[in-house]
Amino acid sequence: MDLFDLLLEPLGYDFMVRAIVTTALAAIVCAVLSCWLVLIGWSLMGDAVSHAVLPGVVLAYIVGAPFALGALVFALIAVTLIGVVRNTSRVKEDAAIGIVFTSLFALGLVLISVTPSQTDLNHIIFGNLLGVSIPDLIQVLVLGVVTFAILVLKRRDLTLYAFDPTHAHAIGLSPKRLGALLLGLLALTSVVALQTVGVVLVVAMLIIPGATAYLLTDRFSRMLVIAPAISAVCSIAGIYFSYYLDTASGAMVVLTQAAAFAAVYLFSPRQGLIGTRLAMARRRKAAALAA
Amino acid sequence: MSNPAILVENVTVHYGEVLALDAASLTVEAARICGLVGMNGSGKSTLFKAIMGMVKPDAGRVLINGESPAKARKTGGIGYVPQSEDVDWQFPLSVHDVVMMGRYGHQGFTRRASRADRDAVDLALDRVELSEFANRQIGQLSGGQKKRAFVARGIAQGATMMLLDEPFAGVDKRSEATITRLLKELAADGCTILVSTHDLHALPRLCDEAVLLMRKVLMHGPPEVVLQPEHLAMAFGLDVLNRDLPDRDLPAPGLPDRGLPAPGLPDRGLPAPGVANRPGRN
Repeated sequence: MDLFDLLLEPLGYDFMVRAIVTTALAAIVCAVLSCWLVLIGWSLMGDAVSHAVLPGVVLAYIVGAPFALGALVFALIAVTLIGVVRNTSRVKEDAAIGIVFTSLFALGLVLISVTPSQTDLNHIIFGNLLGVSIPDLIQVLVLGVVTFAILVLKRRDLTLYAFDPTHAHAIGLSPKRLGALLLGLLALTSVVALQTVGVVLVVAMLIIPGATAYLLTDRFSRMLVIAPAISAVCSIAGIYFSYYLDTASGAMVVLTQAAAFAAVYLFSPRQGLIGTRLAMARRRKAAALAA
Repeated sequence: MSNPAILVENVTVHYGEVLALDAASLTVEAARICGLVGMNGSGKSTLFKAIMGMVKPDAGRVLINGESPAKARKTGGIGYVPQSEDVDWQFPLSVHDVVMMGRYGHQGFTRRASRADRDAVDLALDRVELSEFANRQIGQLSGGQKKRAFVARGIAQGATMMLLDEPFAGVDKRSEATITRLLKELAADGCTILVSTHDLHALPRLCDEAVLLMRKVLMHGPPEVVLQPEHLAMAFGLDVLNRDLPDRDLPAPGLPDRGLPAPGLPDRGLPAPGVANRPGRN
């Protein structure tokens, strides 16, 4: 069997095609968003919001509302609670985030445990890539496209917000509103990614691609292309690995992205550990020769 | 009679229990360069924030050219040069990208740059003599060049008023002279400039007037008068030039950087509804 067959064989199954489409889409949207998250220093916020949406998604499931709505409401609750705990006590922000998101996550788990039809909901936690149904796919498609479009259209404002919110304010924009927009999009993106890797691992898709691209370029506009490209390729590769190695698909996607990050971390020409060490050694040698 | 460029009238600001500004009043006429002197926690940053409308005074009012700060912001009149420690110098943006951000207020929904925007950026870069560095990552400039890049952003914006937070921190003498000349040129063109600084030595050459701030405006006048040691002592609580001080153990010559703790603004983080966002650092 040659490489071509290896790549084609899984596509003979409808569920694999759906898995690949969903993953690629989620990977792209998450990766675009991750560029801002890693630069603002919101990785922990990404972690928090993606976990905290769980009770919202479960409640939405129970009452038959769209998952996105429940997720948005609970993202808002989480952010508000974090702000309240931080501002009205001596507890620092990271502790406030830790308290709030784990509590909300636990609430979600409890809600799942008392809700009949547990199988469906357990998929939210660990993802169910290979069990993506057509309605799931449509939901991911709609949310993904909307989120992606807003991110791309508002990319310059969001970058300004990340870089210099004071200037944003000084020229009449509202940093508060831009921050809220980014958080709202974070909540929507979490819902998109739930399906593929599950609540627990969403944060990987929200951080790794942006961090990887950041090590490769000095231009934000290029990050916005590199991050989704790497993320999409890694995610699809991860699905193939999980197909042939018979391993958990969501986790395999994350591991593949992590491997890509590790490779860039070591070998990136400008920022990589090995590249910079070599350059340093070369400089030292040149200096020694000159002396 | 025309309106002053900056009018601050009895402005009081609290951060929780901490009193940051206590009925501060200040008037700056157009095209003047005004230096704001005071130690950490004296309310310099808070005064800037009040002028930009980032903090809402508990009492008093601020007018920019006779209008509210909100209106002045909308018309793009307010340029801001942040202090170095408030900027993420690793941020993957080129000098050109940063200066282009000055144009966002003039652009449409997606901030797509037009020919005019690009021309304005080129012109601004040329004016601060950074054209050859346009494509450098912003952190790969020298201390003085970094400041000039942000001044260029204000120029591209068409700001009629510029606020500079510690523009001489981490800047060598030559760059200091270049920045001073640049700001004087801008003022000659009609731009009103407000500079907050610890660096008293640079003030007389740069400023038309100086303000001594210690939660309220203690003094406002020509720099050579305001900077007299006996006046500075009011704001800093000691003789900053260390003359005739019998006790050498007192805080050192130059300027005391400690002093009052900076008012604890809510720091970077969540833009939770009703929570001030990142620019909160003092």
